[in-house]
Amino acid sequence: MTDHSALALENISVTFAARSAGATAYTAVRDTTLVVERGEFVAVVGPTGCGKSTLLNVAAGLLLPSQGRVTVFGTGLSGLNRHAGYLFQADALLPWLNALDNVAIGLRYGGSPKRDAHDRAREWLARVGLAHHGHRYPHQLSGGMKKRVALAQTLILDPDILLMDEPFSALDVQTRQLMENELLELWSADRKSVVFITHDLEEAIALSDRVVVLAAGPETHPIGEYPIDLPRPRDVAEIRLTPGFVELHRDIWHTMRDEVMKGYVQSQAQ
Amino acid sequence: MKPDQQNLWIYQLLLLIAVFVIWHALTATGILPPFFFGRPLIVLQKIWEWFASGKIYMHLAITLVETVLAFVAGTVLGLGIGLWLALSPTASALFDPYIKAVNSMPRVILAPIFAVWFGLGIWSKVALGVTLVFFIVFFNVYQGVKEVSPVVLNNARMLGATSRQLLRSVYLPSATSWVFSSLHTAVGMAFVGAVVGEYLGSAAGVGYLILQAESVFDINTVFAGILVLTGFALALDGLVTLAEKRLLVWRPAQSETEPL
Repeated sequence: MTDHSALALENISVTFAARSAGATAYTAVRDTTLVVERGEFVAVVGPTGCGKSTLLNVAAGLLLPSQGRVTVFGTGLSGLNRHAGYLFQADALLPWLNALDNVAIGLRYGGSPKRDAHDRAREWLARVGLAHHGHRYPHQLSGGMKKRVALAQTLILDPDILLMDEPFSALDVQTRQLMENELLELWSADRKSVVFITHDLEEAIALSDRVVVLAAGPETHPIGEYPIDLPRPRDVAEIRLTPGFVELHRDIWHTMRDEVMKGYVQSQAQ
Repeated sequence: MKPDQQNLWIYQLLLLIAVFVIWHALTATGILPPFFFGRPLIVLQKIWEWFASGKIYMHLAITLVETVLAFVAGTVLGLGIGLWLALSPTASALFDPYIKAVNSMPRVILAPIFAVWFGLGIWSKVALGVTLVFFIVFFNVYQGVKEVSPVVLNNARMLGATSRQLLRSVYLPSATSWVFSSLHTAVGMAFVGAVVGEYLGSAAGVGYLILQAESVFDINTVFAGILVLTGFALALDGLVTLAEKRLLVWRPAQSETEPL
């Protein structure tokens, strides 16, 4: 496994069966190919409700595609993607465990003794700036803190691939930029392959090496790919003001605008 | 002075005393015939006698043992079978109509059958209590498992949980919070099973005392028995609340603030 990509979705289609008689089957994703190289940070943008999460669930192995093939480091995927960590959009922490136990749970699942797991979980909590909040339960943490715990919970297992589904969309702008910078810093330490789903084009450009634009759903598919050659390390708040960023934003937005309008019209029609 | 958090219990106590005073006034003046409604002073005296002479302890112990056994057995069965059926769609579909049928049956009518099967000792009462407790816990566990957040579940799976670990770290804790809300009802039901069982045929227990008193129209003793039972049902309910507070620390309380 030397020259294989980290993650390859090949000609993926996902059709959900009709829920009731008379309803037609819904095709969320059609004939989509997406390749993520080792160490590459790919952002996938598209209008709300276009099937971005569906694509990510296929990559995670949580959802079986109706057609197409998923390969992870050159091997066909069957079952859950054991190379991947998944950061969910919604709160996914176990509400009955405190922050420390939440971060440690992956290691505990893997059979680590409690003491070792807790030691490493403490390190990770400190790394995401929550060294003194290990005893708190999720409902006692703010939205940003919960995201940090979730990030530590995923990264402690050292996944080769990181799948992120609009992880910061529920946060306020300031917290969000802090989290984005923190993510970039953590990522630059060991350059995992990342698939970052978002509906926010600015976030996508600021973070990634490559932006993939999806069409409005149903039957979404990529309609454009843009390499982002902005220098690293980046500061997400400052990079938005550079000429290179503005130019890229204009180019990509030109492609996206029509799709966003289509998505908007569809959501109005429902 | 308006009732607030600190002095609420004084008002609650006053309410209780008021009820007794009204009861006393109505029966002493003859507005309510004391033969049918008893006299509160004699009722309280009777309770005092029971505890002073120690006569009540044996009966109370038997009723409590029946209640606790029914409660524990019914809860464990309800938890186990609830988890099993909630996680196994085939078994759930197969048993569904029978569960509904048994649940809608008035289970108190099983008491005579249990008396025949298990005799007049404590086991027929425990059996009746179990059938009452089981369904309350069972339906809550079933619901609890069905309501597990799919995101939390997927997260645990992505973090590498095996199906056994999912059961322990996701399904069971989720079901527990539902079970606890049902345990308050379940404790009451366990008591109902024990006392009704005793009432229908027994040689000991508080239900037996009540039955004896009733057969000689000693209404004061009947009331005394009812009051003692109520007291102990409240005490058991308090124990459940205590366990709940310890086990469900992770659950957000309404508008909780933390003192610094």
